[in-house]
Amino acid sequence: MTAFLAVIGRDLRLATRVGGDALTLVLFFVMVGVIVPFAIGPDSATLSRLAPGIVWIAAFLSMLLGLDRLFRADDEDGSLTLFRHAALPLEAIVAAKVIAHWLLTALPLIVASPILAVLLAMDFAAWEKTVLSLLLGTPGLVALGTIGAAVTVSLRRGGLIAPVLILPLSIPILIFGTGAIAAGNPDGISNAALLFLSAISLVTLVLAPFAAALALRLSED
Amino acid sequence: MTPLPPRTLKLDALAGKRGEKLLFSGVSLTLAAGQVAELRGPNGAGKTTLLMIVAGVVRPAAGKVSIEGGDPEGRTETDIGYFAHRPAIKARLTVAENLRFWAALNGNPPESILPALETVGLAPIADLDAGNLSAGQTRRLALARLIVSDRPIWLMDEPTAALDAQGEALVAKLIDAHLDRGGLVLAATHHELGLAHPSQTLVLGQPLVAA
Amino acid sequence: MTADVTLKKPNWFSRIANPGQFLAWSKGFVAPLAILTATLFAVGLYLAFFASPPDYQMGETVRIMYIHVPNAWLSQFVYGVMAVASIGTLVWRHPLADVAAKSAAPLGAVFTGLALFSGSLWGRPTWGTFWEWDGRMTSTLILFLIYLGIIALWRAFEDQGRAGRVIAVFTLVGALDIPVVKFSVDWWNTLHQPASVLSMSGEHVAPAILIPLLVMTLAFTLLFITLHIVRMRTEIFRRRAESLERQAAANLMA
Repeated sequence: MTAFLAVIGRDLRLATRVGGDALTLVLFFVMVGVIVPFAIGPDSATLSRLAPGIVWIAAFLSMLLGLDRLFRADDEDGSLTLFRHAALPLEAIVAAKVIAHWLLTALPLIVASPILAVLLAMDFAAWEKTVLSLLLGTPGLVALGTIGAAVTVSLRRGGLIAPVLILPLSIPILIFGTGAIAAGNPDGISNAALLFLSAISLVTLVLAPFAAALALRLSED
Repeated sequence: MTPLPPRTLKLDALAGKRGEKLLFSGVSLTLAAGQVAELRGPNGAGKTTLLMIVAGVVRPAAGKVSIEGGDPEGRTETDIGYFAHRPAIKARLTVAENLRFWAALNGNPPESILPALETVGLAPIADLDAGNLSAGQTRRLALARLIVSDRPIWLMDEPTAALDAQGEALVAKLIDAHLDRGGLVLAATHHELGLAHPSQTLVLGQPLVAA
Repeated sequence: MTADVTLKKPNWFSRIANPGQFLAWSKGFVAPLAILTATLFAVGLYLAFFASPPDYQMGETVRIMYIHVPNAWLSQFVYGVMAVASIGTLVWRHPLADVAAKSAAPLGAVFTGLALFSGSLWGRPTWGTFWEWDGRMTSTLILFLIYLGIIALWRAFEDQGRAGRVIAVFTLVGALDIPVVKFSVDWWNTLHQPASVLSMSGEHVAPAILIPLLVMTLAFTLLFITLHIVRMRTEIFRRRAESLERQAAANLMA
């Protein structure tokens, strides 16, 4: 457990010290929300109808763009190689990094979501559902993204490929995430969407560390 | 000095590739507890590749690496302390924080950190950001990690690189102490390490085996 | 930690499986397969366009189905081939497995693209537009994007051996995810739109339609197999040529 927490702690410290870009992603998230009205017009009715989708797209983009930082630094300085000899198995190290990444990318987004809700004319009930769907769906998104980051870790300019790979695979999360919030959906549909979302997140969280660890091992071979 | 768990390292007709190119083949070696082998050869002969194969990071093109003496069900990766080219030190963490992380990750108590830093001479600057360290000091920190991790088998890639004469003496001292405790060392090196213990020599880039 | 990669006695599997042997025995297959494919296409196209009845709802345009359905089937079949090849790479480190996977990916992309294109043409008279976010078409589009991502991955790696192993992991993750994608897209579709319009009228598919459909499907599948073998041979030759180039450079230095 100490080892597991140590991995999370290190990633958190590194991201929040000078040179870390924890805040930049949140800024990006908010900015996507800000530019939307310029693109589709400021009409409140339209904005509030589209708001769940926009928030999710903003979350998607912010998180996918932040994937590179998961393994690249550790790969470049040789930490990944040493991880393989750690007392904690590589799969557990990856799982710890998934948690750290979620804390660094998804949690700030959720905390910043009221800003977006206000900008996009979301009512309180819709915002509550949005937070719930983000809480349930972003873990799965991070887990899936981790696989993309692991697969592309040995590519020098792999920065944009990981999001491109993961985006099609994460469409179910987007569908159920927005399905849970969309105004037109009755509660039955909403709840079903939340259930599917949770199921996907759970399964992905369990399986992703194994797939990602395997990809990391094969990348050094 | 507490003895280390006894291990035997066996390399059996090992062949190594970098990409498509076969670098070496037919390499065999047996290292028992308390023994050290020096890996020699020109640049590009495959010393790093051999170490990475023994470390279990790269698959050999042929042959077998076995580590005997441990729990047959257990992971042999945790028997290895790999002192590699790249230091795996984070500039934005302090010296102590870097070491504390690796101690925790490798299952060692935090009390071992300060003694290790003292041994390598970094204790006075334990709370400085590791980004302030020179190349030699970074290597010393990596040595401290090796001490703290307390693994029986040390695989060292050019251990004296970037170190001054004092640093080289430190490396020799640490290796000798490690061997006294029953550890094994396989070190790729250009220099004479100046060890108290006699060592086997393995030369790559020539068609043979341990002398 | 042992890695025993010593030479094993060759059994029948490794005899056909090693790239050199593969080149030898596959050479004789290409021409006959090509002829068979061409024949099946001739028969299938004749049946599809001349010998089968028009659909009572869609009229003559239903004939595009004879192109669309086989390609839609192939888009999934080829992914299946890639998934099996990926297992071959990861579990047995089979030398031909990553050649098979790499060769299949662009073919899969093309067949999926054709499925999208033919589906679009098929839907046009009914929808009035070239695209509707119909459940099946959307899933096919996502599959198309996955293929393109995999092709991009192959091109991004310098070390193709490493590429094969890593892409195998990704392909298998995709294989697990694709059913989830289909399910979620269907769910999404029922929320936002009425049922798919790209279905044939009537519950039972009459033999007059089924037979040309099967023939065309078989023709396209054989087309894939033929092209796949050709691509695999080309890839093996390419790797050998590169190997020779590298050796030439190394010999110059020595």
